[in-house]
Amino acid sequence: MREITFARALEEAMTEEMRRDQRVIALATTRAPVLENEFGTQRVRHTPISEAAFTGIGLGAAGSGFRPVVNWGMVTFSFVAMDQIVNQASKIRYMFGGQADFPVTYRCTTGGGAQTAAQHSQSPYSMFMHLAGLKVILPSTPADAKGLLKSAIRDNNPVVFFECSRLAAITGPVPEGDVTVPIGVADVKRVGSDVTVVALAYYVREALALAEVLAAEGISLEVIDPRTLVPMDAEAIRASVRRTGRLVVVDEAPATCSAASEIIALVTEDPDTFRALKSPVRRVCAAPVPVPFSPPLEQAALPDQARITAAIRRVLEDAPVAV
Amino acid sequence: MAPGKTELVDMFGKMVMIREFDQLAVELRKKRRIHGALHPYVGEEAVAVGACSALRTTDRITSTHRGHGHCIAKGADINRMMAELFGRVDGYCKGKGGSMHIADFAVGMLGANGIVAGGMPIACGAALAAQLEDAGGVAACFFGDGATGEGEFHETLNIASLWKLPLIFICENNRYGAGNAVESVRVVADISMHAPAYGMPGVTVDGNDVLAVRDATREAVERARRGAGPTLLHCQTFRWLFHAMRDEPQPDTRPAELLAAWRSRDRDPVMRFEDYLTGHAIVTAAEVQAIRDRVNRDLAAAVDFAEASPYPDPKDLLVDMFAE
Repeated sequence: MREITFARALEEAMTEEMRRDQRVIALATTRAPVLENEFGTQRVRHTPISEAAFTGIGLGAAGSGFRPVVNWGMVTFSFVAMDQIVNQASKIRYMFGGQADFPVTYRCTTGGGAQTAAQHSQSPYSMFMHLAGLKVILPSTPADAKGLLKSAIRDNNPVVFFECSRLAAITGPVPEGDVTVPIGVADVKRVGSDVTVVALAYYVREALALAEVLAAEGISLEVIDPRTLVPMDAEAIRASVRRTGRLVVVDEAPATCSAASEIIALVTEDPDTFRALKSPVRRVCAAPVPVPFSPPLEQAALPDQARITAAIRRVLEDAPVAV
Repeated sequence: MAPGKTELVDMFGKMVMIREFDQLAVELRKKRRIHGALHPYVGEEAVAVGACSALRTTDRITSTHRGHGHCIAKGADINRMMAELFGRVDGYCKGKGGSMHIADFAVGMLGANGIVAGGMPIACGAALAAQLEDAGGVAACFFGDGATGEGEFHETLNIASLWKLPLIFICENNRYGAGNAVESVRVVADISMHAPAYGMPGVTVDGNDVLAVRDATREAVERARRGAGPTLLHCQTFRWLFHAMRDEPQPDTRPAELLAAWRSRDRDPVMRFEDYLTGHAIVTAAEVQAIRDRVNRDLAAAVDFAEASPYPDPKDLLVDMFAE
């Protein structure tokens, strides 16, 4: 299969969906020459730097029959539009009793590791998960990115689509043509038997690399990528944990009220899965600080293979859970 | 084009309905028969009715926290509005929204909104949709004087003008943002002065003169439909009652003489229009009374409809969260 970058996969998804459906339009502060050339500046609009306005414009156009794809650029900028996200987009369908659908996709980059410092290295997906009313997507491979963006655009709800900055330039196999990936379905990226590692975005790659290393020691990791955070495929994760009995969750967001916390709650609240646990579960997350700029500080703030390895060894060595 | 008798009578009937609906809602709330927060539109009826009389049913509007008037003016059904205030399943939002979140997408009413200026970007999106559809549709957003302090107001004016969107900005300047006088939060009293900064016409209108609002809106709509872009209408009006009530109305700290002046017969938008219609022999006093009687009958029936409607079943709590 051909290999393309994560960024190229997303561009293909946009192009194909705009060809497929005249009602798909694009709004962003940065220009998109490829899309503009093919679809014109009526459907492909570059906006003033007015995040609140164009976030709401996407919502209003969605409620009026279009399928806008609104690109915030970095998730950082979405915070300028919090009224439209929190008070409007996440609530509009339910509070109006389901009178209308709002098929709008909000795209943004996320994550640290690129020395872009505190404001531009955030991973705040759990803030959006918390809102009840938004679907939240966080892919880790070019194929998933393309297939999930296509699904997001076709979905009849507001979807927030996170694009991990550290993955933009990585390449991977992506099937040609119209291949979608379903929202709400986790993917087992590597089958294993000793420890379930649920990893998000960039850390799926780190977990897979580590699985190779630890396999040489006879430690078998099962690596699961939720891909979608809302709705979360809890059953796929629970099923894995029931087999391995051990769980490590890896993410670069700080641990407090995080996707990692949510995953662990979903696993441990389930009686059968809880009873199958052989040791306490662990999170490997960012330090609870604004992401610092200087490389050694940033590296210290974010998860790395050493910390993931330490967590895996802990869950293998910890005393069993008494049930 | 001057409106004919049928249209004038319809406008008058809607103004009376808005007045009576909200006065009834206040009484129902005081008696705890309805729930939650209530923001009566009494005194501002000419803005909603004048503006919506210049719109088609397919044109889309967004409203504010004080939204009952916009609903009625745009053609919403008072039975379903009342059922929503009662929190019943036959309400517009099946009881999930209440007074501050009534919407009727079937008549182009895209919702009341609890956030000042929050509806403005949404209306702008509806205007973008109308422009892309290219079928002559327009959108309008109602907002208060307080909204001019929000970033969403300025961002939306700029984008709408930049893209020449078919959007009518309708500012209901009722002189107070909640309890604060406009002059205590703004330097420039004339809100239409924002328009030239964004390259669009700004028109100050007597917001208690329904025909003046209608004429100004028609001109703005005509401009929007021919692709010339948005207009900012600054409608000067006054809120007769308190800003909001829950179990009790909030204390009204506005000067008594100001309230009395705006409530005088020659400024009351409903009485002014009634006097205009009778003075020009367009309707008789008997016809006016018949309209008032019909409104009261319809409202009594709306209360009956609402009370006969069941409360939503808690098992339906999660229904309407996500579309298929």
